[in-house]
This record gives sequence, structure tokens and C-alpha cells, in this order.
Amino acid sequence: MLEVQNLSMRFGGLLAVDEVSLDVQEHEIVSIIGPNGAGKTTVFNCMSGFYKPTGGKILFEGSEVQGKPDYKISRLGMVRTFQHVRLFSQMTVVENLLVAQHRHLNTNLISGLLKTPNYREREQKSLDRAAYWLDRVGLLDLANREAGNLAYGQQRRLEIARCMVTEPKLLMLDEPAAGLNPAETKELNQLIISLKEDYNVSVVLIEHDMSLVMDISDRINVINQGRPLASGTPEEIRQNDDVIKAYLGEA
Amino acid sequence: MAANNFRHALFCAIITLIISYPIIGFNLEAQGINVTLTGADATTITMVFLAAVIVFLFQLFREQVMGALRGIPSPFPEAKNEPMAENKRAKIESWVLTGIVVFALFWPFLVSRGSVDLATLVLIYIMLALGLNVVVGLAGLLDLGYVAFYAVGAYTFALLSQYLGISFWLALPIGALLAALFGLVLGFPVLRLRGDYLAIVTLGFGEIIRILLNNWTTLTGGPNGIGGIPDPTLFGMEFGRRVKEEGNTSFHETFGIAYSGEHKVIFLYLIALVLAVFTALVIRRFMRMPVGRAWEALREDEIAARSLGLSRTAVKLSAFTIGAFFAGFAGTVFASKQGFISPESFVFLESAIILAIVVLGGMGSQIGVVLAAIAVTILPELAREFSEYRMLIFGAAMVLMMVWRPQGLMPMRRIHIELKKQE
Repeated sequence: MLEVQNLSMRFGGLLAVDEVSLDVQEHEIVSIIGPNGAGKTTVFNCMSGFYKPTGGKILFEGSEVQGKPDYKISRLGMVRTFQHVRLFSQMTVVENLLVAQHRHLNTNLISGLLKTPNYREREQKSLDRAAYWLDRVGLLDLANREAGNLAYGQQRRLEIARCMVTEPKLLMLDEPAAGLNPAETKELNQLIISLKEDYNVSVVLIEHDMSLVMDISDRINVINQGRPLASGTPEEIRQNDDVIKAYLGEA
Repeated sequence: MAANNFRHALFCAIITLIISYPIIGFNLEAQGINVTLTGADATTITMVFLAAVIVFLFQLFREQVMGALRGIPSPFPEAKNEPMAENKRAKIESWVLTGIVVFALFWPFLVSRGSVDLATLVLIYIMLALGLNVVVGLAGLLDLGYVAFYAVGAYTFALLSQYLGISFWLALPIGALLAALFGLVLGFPVLRLRGDYLAIVTLGFGEIIRILLNNWTTLTGGPNGIGGIPDPTLFGMEFGRRVKEEGNTSFHETFGIAYSGEHKVIFLYLIALVLAVFTALVIRRFMRMPVGRAWEALREDEIAARSLGLSRTAVKLSAFTIGAFFAGFAGTVFASKQGFISPESFVFLESAIILAIVVLGGMGSQIGVVLAAIAVTILPELAREFSEYRMLIFGAAMVLMMVWRPQGLMPMRRIHIELKKQE
């Protein structure tokens, strides 16, 4: 469903991403790994529309999306999280989820002002969806807390829930396990698998936690210094000499 | 530490002297065509030195003084006891607010004409502050030229009535819509700006409007302003002693009561009250709607908001437009109340005062903003005896407020939403 062809991104004299290609099929978890500064997040930023790539193509469900504004790309069903949690920290947990569903609500101002039955129905639906996902990530009891007051692991889960209420087809997670303890990482592991299995969402994952990556990925792409180094199943990557030299290290 | 403190205190005292001595200590006196510089009298000089000594002592014992200040309990103690159940609290709140509005409806019949006039002004400021609260408090866009939209509303009514003879009731929506249009137009160039840069551009916009009104003498009368703006009518009934316009009747004749100048004042007050309540209710509703949440999301984190599919353009423009709309409302009422407007009424100080109301009340909090509007408008009136020191007292009150309660009189409280568990 997603195809990235020869993507390049140049910042002045620095070629941050050089001819990177990858593809994601339906119902698949694909990881991007590589050393720090390899350009993984830059690839994400290009895919999600934060950067306009200087070369290459990005096809989502057959149509070109490179260079489109970020909010349009996310409306197509490609939603991302961030390396550093970006919640609306002064708003409550449930409001965070309601913001994400603004498109499911009737955006007509008049019907909202008059609280027409149609508007109420849509509002109730989005509340129900928010409640469902809060329950799913174990935050239902904290629904009216300010998001900024949650523990770090809870904020991570809330960010994923906030993406999921938009009903995306493709979820892009940028280091979701950063700063989590082993138990929380395990929970996250199960959550991501269930997103794929139960909600039929494809996932692109940037992660440094190798146990997580090797556990859940269907395929892995390795990037080093902006260039693609290898791609394949976890087993193939584990055996690849170049990858071991550049990133995994010899045991 | 002590030596450091002493040096700092000495430095502050010297700065006080350097700033105040040349300004207060010397007088320019005109003798014929010559201007001579003479020293001020001994008492003034003593006062300046006394001020320096006070600054010195305060800075020296700053820790102790501020410590003592902090010891004073806050005028609004945080509730220590269990918070009330949300639905119960909301019910009590809505009853109290309804009660206040009903009281405000009957209040003008009990008090003097001057008080009613002042209360009308308070209501106009409430409308302005509620509108600016959308832009600054909710959407987080610092707007220093808000008074421009107020001016657009006021001048729309004044010009329409002067050239086309349009009445208050027709001018009210036109003024508000035109102000909203100006908000939209200002919104486009500042879409990419945030914070300080946005503040400067909006400040410039406010000045452009004022200077335009000042210099376009053929249309606006320039600094002479526009007079003879008609009062609002009640279903074709005028409030003057004699009917000015063909086909209208006068209020006191229709009801067979003696003419009184107070009728008009009270009627204007009631119009302002209804409009202010309308403004508050509409914005309150917006805050619970997707558009209100989008404003706040953009304030909290623009990148995250965009990654969730919110269009920055639509969200920012809607905040500017809706904020300006209510300023246009207030402007129309203001023009009608004064009967005369000139660019003098729309200087930067007005923008600053409205912004001060929003900050003082607590960004985003409607009740707080209303309270602050009342305080900021009435306090200078109460302090009228101090005449030239009014702004000084106002400034001191602001500083103290920010030391004690930086989050504002009544910080915004999040809306509580009940969720049912989904299976």
C-alpha cells in the first residue's frame, strides 16, 4: 500500500537521505533501523509531509503524496507519532482523542451551535470511540486528567490511541519504546501486534530496541548514513555481515 | 551573598536616581523666547532621593519582604476539601450564573444614571475581552491590534448611518460581519507567524486602521470624528424627547409616561447586556465544539495538530475571524452609546487594556475574563480622586496580581466529560 522509491532529501550541502526505497504491504509491520543520525526520522518526515523531499517518489495506495501538506497526508490515512511525545498537554486525555476526530464530527459551525440531532449523534460516536481506545490502552480511568500530568509510558500509549481514533490505514511509529521500562516495552509489543491483527493497520516502525524489532517485524530495512544498507526478514538481517558491522555489532 | 545583595541594591538605587533626577529634578521654563533650565525646589529633590533610598532598602531586604508577602494567604484559597461531584457543581454554577444575569436585568432600574452608563461600558469591554480570549487565550495567537476590529465595527455603524441613514439594528450585523472580514484579511499574511512576530504584525495592523481613519478626512472626518450617531430604537420607538425620523414614534408617548433621559441609558444597557450574554454563550458553545478544541490543540502543539489532519490555515483564520466578529459587535454598541466617535478612542492603549483583561482573568477562562473586565473598567473610575496616578495604581495592581496569581483570577478549568465503557 505504501511504496517509497529512491527517496532523497538534501539540506543545503548535506544529503541526509540518499536514494532510499522501501515498501509496505497491507497487514504488515515494517521496521526501519540504523545508527543514530542515519536519516530514519528524516525518511519519516518526508513520508508524513513535514519535509518536501528533494527527489524520489512516495506512493500511497497508488497515488503520489510526496510534497503534499502534512494535514492532507494524514487525512489519507497515514498517521504518525513522534520521537518525543507531542501531546496537547494542557488538554485532558479525552480531549486529546476528540481533537484527533474532528473530521468525523460535522464541521459545520451552525449545526454545532444549535446542537442538531445529527451533530449530537456524531459527537456521541466520537466519544464512544475515544472511550473504546482509552479502555484499550488502559487509560479510561484517567480520561479527565490533563495529558501533561500522565506518566511517560501512559503518554506514549495515549499518543498511539490518538492516532488510532483517526482510523488510519498506516501507522508510523517513531521510537515508540524510547524511555519505556522492559515491562512497558512488552505491553507495547503486544499492542502493536494487536493493531495489525485486530484492526488491520499496517505499521512502519523506527526503533532501537532490537528485541522489539526482531519480535514483531515482518520485514526490516536498514539505513546507514542516509543510504539503504540492507532489507529483508529479521532472520536475514541478523545474518547480514554489513548490518552487523555497521549497527548490530559482533557478539 | 550579603555583599552581592548590597551591590545589587546600590546599583538599583543609582539607576533610580539616573532615571528620575533628570525627569523630575529639572524644569524647562520659558522666558520670552528663551528657554532656561532651572532646578526643581528642595522638596522635589528630597523626594527623588527618598525614592532612591526606598528602592535601595527594598532591594537589600527583598528576600524578607517577598517572603512576608508570600505568607499572606491568597484571596482565593485553593479548596482543601473534596471536590464536588462534577454534575452537581455544573448545576450549581449554571443556577448562579442565571441568577446573576436576571439580577443584571433589573439592576439598572435601582441605581443612578451614571452607574448604568458605566455598566454599559463594562459590558462592552466584556464583549471585547471575550472575543480576544478566543484569539489569545484559546488559539494562543498574541494579537496586539485587536482594537482595529472594534474600530471597524464602530466606524461601520457611524458611516452607514451618516451616508445611508441605516439604523442600529441593521448596522449591528453588518458591522460585526465587516469586522470579521477584516479579521480574515489580517489572518492571511500572518498565517506562518507565531509569538513575537505575530504580535508586531498585529500591532502594525491596529495602527494602520487608526491612522487610516485619522487621515481619510473626506470619508471619516479625520480627527474631528463623526457625530450625531443615532440611538437604537425599540420596534420603531425612539428614546429622544422628539421624534427625529419620519414614521417613528417616541417611547414615552407610546406608553404614556413622562419623558426621562434615563430610558435611553437603560435601554442601551439592556442591549449591551443581551449582546454580552449572547457573546458568552456562543463562545462557550464553540469551546465545546471541534473548532474550539482545534484552537487549543494548535496552541498546545502545532506540529502534532497538523499531523492529525488539522489545517493550520482553517484553524487560525477561524480564530481571527470569530474574535474580530465580536469586536465588531462591541464597536457598534460603543458608537451608539457615545453618539460620537473619533480615532482617539481606538489607540493602542485600548488593545493593551483588553489584553490585560484577558491575561488578568486567566487565559481561556470565560468567568475569569468577565470578572477582570469588571475590575479593570471600574477600578480606574473608583480611583478618580487620584487622577493622574490612576495609571500608576493600575500598573501596580497588575504587577501585584502577577506576583500573587500569575495564572489569572480564575484559571481556565477543563471541561469534564463522562465516558461510558465500550464493549
